[in-house]
Amino acid sequence: MIEVRNISKRFGETVVLSDISVNFEQGKTNLIIGQSGSGKTVLLKSIVGLHDIDEGEIWFGDTHFNSLAFHERKEIRKEIGMLFQGAALFDSSTVEQNVMFPLDMFTNKSYEEKLDRVNFCLKRVNIENVNALFPAELSGGMKKRVGIARAIALNPKYLFCDEPNSGLDPKTGILIDNLIKEITEEYNITTIVNTHDMNSVIEIGDKVIFIYEGAKLWEGTKEEIMSTKCKELNEFVFATSLAKKLIKY
Amino acid sequence: MKFLEQLGKYFYLLSKVFARPEKIRIYYKQILREIENLGINSFGIVIIVSVFVGAVITIQTNYNIENPLLPSYLVGVTVRDSLLLEFSSTMMALILAGKIGSSISSEIGTMRVTEQIDALEIMGVNSASYLILPKIIAAVFFFPILSLLSMFVGIFGGYLICLIADVVPPSDYIYGIQYVFYPHYVSYAITKVVFYAFIIVTVSSFHGYYASGGALEVGKSSTKAVVHSSILVLLANLVLTKLILS
Repeated sequence: MIEVRNISKRFGETVVLSDISVNFEQGKTNLIIGQSGSGKTVLLKSIVGLHDIDEGEIWFGDTHFNSLAFHERKEIRKEIGMLFQGAALFDSSTVEQNVMFPLDMFTNKSYEEKLDRVNFCLKRVNIENVNALFPAELSGGMKKRVGIARAIALNPKYLFCDEPNSGLDPKTGILIDNLIKEITEEYNITTIVNTHDMNSVIEIGDKVIFIYEGAKLWEGTKEEIMSTKCKELNEFVFATSLAKKLIKY
Repeated sequence: MKFLEQLGKYFYLLSKVFARPEKIRIYYKQILREIENLGINSFGIVIIVSVFVGAVITIQTNYNIENPLLPSYLVGVTVRDSLLLEFSSTMMALILAGKIGSSISSEIGTMRVTEQIDALEIMGVNSASYLILPKIIAAVFFFPILSLLSMFVGIFGGYLICLIADVVPPSDYIYGIQYVFYPHYVSYAITKVVFYAFIIVTVSSFHGYYASGGALEVGKSSTKAVVHSSILVLLANLVLTKLILS
């Protein structure tokens, strides 16, 4: 479980996050939703320690994460996998080298053992025979899959996904969403997904947190989201013409 | 004020770069890769530039000291000393700042804006050390080799032009390059090159590491990397020359 207590973050004079408290539950896909610029990426990056927060506490299980120094965070970081918006695969490395990287860095396994794990992870994300390809040779969906494979290589306890289906067609986006949900349940991971895609909310949102102008405005399940009285959330959820037409019927 | 902030960030980055590496074996592989990228891949430009500069210095020196009172072997002496004292160290460093500096800055800058550096940090890897330290080691080790190569090839370029264009008799040129040779000049050049290598790699890495935005900003950071490392190389040349030759 990850617990965020009263965190705030400013960039200069601009308040980006204001007094946010949330429990992200283990074995569930926790979604952070909100408009572009609402602060959800900053929240995600603050939780994983890429941004230092100004106030509040971040707990990974029993560990007070943001009180640790960089080198002390290493043990927790080994338990974190992250899928970035653009996959963030290393350009100069092949798919195999990308997925093997965390194993190279943090384990003393033999090459054969590492290769077995790489192949297992690639198979788990339904992508095979691409070991020798470079990221530039992959499609957007394949990059995301390889990103997930790299994120789960070390059997993480926590999985973070920043806009996992951005830039993908709806069908591939749903496949990636479902893959994330399957992996979360299979390995009992605490997963946090950052998205503004309502498809993702409906498909995989076990728990949903709505961020509006840097503050948490609503928290609930995907079922509850459809009947919420929160005006800002309704405007966000039913922003598309398609959603508006569906409401009429 | 902004200059002091940048200076502070530069030294902070250096402190991260020289922190204890996570896994030496991984760094060893990276160093070999960087020796190929920064060193071996620069052989071509070093050889081409040095041959032509050696030849041109030979022609120009002969043109300028055409005097019956001055022996022709002085052309060889001048070519040798010009190459050893300045060209093969400082001028070569300026050329490498253009080639290597922009390459390092754009490589690291692209990794920054495409979140590859964030990915390293998330995994608990000291990204500054992992990306920059192997480049520093490779450059500090390999730039002196490039400099020595430049000296030999430049002097050979001068000899070649003597053979082809009959600028001065080749035997006089050979005599000149051996005349009153101070080995100290070579160690002076190598010492300078080690400092230049450090400056070029760290300044270029600094600009790439703190790049933000998109392709335009990465391009700007590459330009800044080349300009700043070139200026610092010239400044270091002045200081080191004063310190070593005084």
